[in-house]
Amino acid sequence: MSSPKQALAHPASSADAAPGDQPGAAPRAHGRGTPPPGNDSWRSRLYRWDMKASPYAFIAPFFIVFGAFSLVPLLYTAWYSLHDVQLANLDGQTWAGLKNYENLLSSDFFWNALWNTFTIGVISTVPQLVMAIGLAHLLNYKLRGSTVWRVVMLTPYATSVAAATLVFVLLYSWDGGMINWLLDFVGIDPVNWRESDWGSQFAVSSIVIWRWTGYNALIYLAAMQAIPADLYESAAIDGANRWQQFIHVTIPQLRPTILFTVVVSTIGATQLFGEPLLFGGVSGSKGGSEHQYQTLGLYMYDQGWIIGNLGKASAIAWTMFLILLIVAVIQLLISRRLRKSQ
Amino acid sequence: MRTSTRGSRRLMALAAVAALTTGLLAGCAEDSDDGSSNEGGGNGGGGKTTLTIGTFGVFGYKQAGLYDEYMKSHPDISIKENVTTRTDVYWPKTLTRLQAGSGTDDIQAIEVGNITEAVQTQADKFVDLGKEVDKSQWLDWKNTQATTKDGKLIGLGTDIGPMAICYRKDLFEKAGLETDRAKLAEQWKGDWGKYVDLGKKYMKKAPSGTKFVDSASSVYNAALGGETERYYDKDGNVVWDKSAGVKKAWNVAMDVATSDMSAKLKQFDKPWDQGYANGTFATVACPAWMIGYIQEKSGEAGKGKWDVAAAPTAANWGGSFIGVPTAGKHQKEAVALAKWLTAPEQQAKVFAKQASFPSTPSAYGSLQPASATQEYFSGAPITQIFSDSAKTIPTQYLGTKDQPIGTAITDIGILQVEQKGKSPAQGWDAATAEIKDVLGQ
Repeated sequence: MSSPKQALAHPASSADAAPGDQPGAAPRAHGRGTPPPGNDSWRSRLYRWDMKASPYAFIAPFFIVFGAFSLVPLLYTAWYSLHDVQLANLDGQTWAGLKNYENLLSSDFFWNALWNTFTIGVISTVPQLVMAIGLAHLLNYKLRGSTVWRVVMLTPYATSVAAATLVFVLLYSWDGGMINWLLDFVGIDPVNWRESDWGSQFAVSSIVIWRWTGYNALIYLAAMQAIPADLYESAAIDGANRWQQFIHVTIPQLRPTILFTVVVSTIGATQLFGEPLLFGGVSGSKGGSEHQYQTLGLYMYDQGWIIGNLGKASAIAWTMFLILLIVAVIQLLISRRLRKSQ
Repeated sequence: MRTSTRGSRRLMALAAVAALTTGLLAGCAEDSDDGSSNEGGGNGGGGKTTLTIGTFGVFGYKQAGLYDEYMKSHPDISIKENVTTRTDVYWPKTLTRLQAGSGTDDIQAIEVGNITEAVQTQADKFVDLGKEVDKSQWLDWKNTQATTKDGKLIGLGTDIGPMAICYRKDLFEKAGLETDRAKLAEQWKGDWGKYVDLGKKYMKKAPSGTKFVDSASSVYNAALGGETERYYDKDGNVVWDKSAGVKKAWNVAMDVATSDMSAKLKQFDKPWDQGYANGTFATVACPAWMIGYIQEKSGEAGKGKWDVAAAPTAANWGGSFIGVPTAGKHQKEAVALAKWLTAPEQQAKVFAKQASFPSTPSAYGSLQPASATQEYFSGAPITQIFSDSAKTIPTQYLGTKDQPIGTAITDIGILQVEQKGKSPAQGWDAATAEIKDVLGQ
């Protein structure tokens, strides 16, 4: 890994050695059309320039796109968050300093949204990952038509958020929805899924769980298939049954994969937006009459695009960004811990 | 086996490349077409001018065949409608494009809830249509809403939303209520409170599984639509918490929300549509544009069961404008089209198809609803009912944040009382907190 980095770090001094510096090609290699050293012709200068500049040209598209569509908006949002900006009057911004942030931290709606993001995140991520491991374990057995099962697992993920959510809205409908109908069947009073506090959060989570469980299961499955079979064989010789094999062989071997899915799911949960917005139907950005399922993403959307208060919305965006950074640092620390303990 | 999969893979790659390339080429073709029409000044050299119209929801122009008709009489024009279904998505998008000065359509629709914001903040982004049209064609209050302080008219009125009550005759009969539309109107005339009282009577003998009204919010909106004072006074100050109109409408809505006569649906939600289909509510506050909606959602099963009666008070709910952004490339053609689309004859055609009610009184004499609509609503004289309402609607003063304030009251305040069993005082407090957030207080 270190050799290409060096080539980039000292491109001028190692120009001659550069072609050979690629991994897999030993230092002696002057092959692949390298002109003999010392020949300072136009051609070789062009060649050297090519060697130095081409890698940058190859990686440039990503960084240009990243700069234009991520970095600039990010910085611009920071600038906006320090101003009073109305959607209807983008040019008439006035300096506000940290007022938007103060406003945010003293707003009940913000803390409510932060808490909802957390609770919905937990009740959607935890069952989702547990179920995904279980499903992956089952899929890992020898099955007839295993490809079919795997494809079926991935279908919810391939469904659009909008389509899935609209179906769930109908299922959870207060009046004549299928879920209340089923509850009625077993003698439980109907629940107003959209307006009850936990009911609505559960409903939103169920959409997330439905969409992402199969996706995570396939990731786990891929990792499980990479576990050497002799580990299981020796475990079996030691007298471990299926369940004990799962606990003592599969889970420990999956640890890095689990960490990866936790990271990805946490980021997804922090940015949760489409499902609750569409679940709320008209005025969905409010997240229910008591904001009971208004996530940070929804709160930002409501402030910026419905109310038109772009300054405050930008402050929310940056706060979310900082929260994600903190989460990332925590996860980094945990993963380092795990690696050391192994 | 092996070679065949490799072959098919290569074929797929080829297909993908072909698809991408055609996409690119199509994009180019479209661009150059647009460019040539620009150079041609819009009308000559065989290059067609493409006018785009940005709308939300159903405007009925396409449905009534107006675009085809215009293109036939103007062979050099072709019209394209860009529909954004949801207003809450449409308006922010339009605002940003207006200010960026690019990406706007040649004609841009403006909802009545946003018209004041457009007048006060975007007036310089729109062509002054006052000089182009005979303003006296429109209802006075409709023009007023789209006119700036210095007299610039930024939008032409399309439809308005005069109010009636649509009711299920069959359900009323089962509940032992009056079913004659004239007598019903007489029973609740002048006061939304009387309408709610009738609802209480309905609930005593309500057919099982039905409620009197779809939601408390719809009653609130209907009642507020007849008040002069809403959320702003005529100088543009926010007065929503002191407004007599708001208080009156709120109290009526609270009466509905606390007496179990509402199906507790949210308007324009999927379950609301289902409510129409399943006949779970007996009445709905019915601005003219709702007629088309009911027909569509209630479907074949509701045919002949619905009827229309005059509302307790003359009120307006909804209605739109179309304006011509100055950023457009074909302003002259766009103005001509906007003029034509909002002229009384065309408004009458939209009414015939979609029952969106004209904002031009001279059309009222010749209005002719489609016979299917007539049949659907038990032969109710809807033209008469809506015209009578339209003529007496008071001028209302709208404000820049009318829409978010309204949403805070209906979707936070009223909903908490209606669906979560909070007290009216708690609901009011919640709406207050929300509105303060909206206004940045």
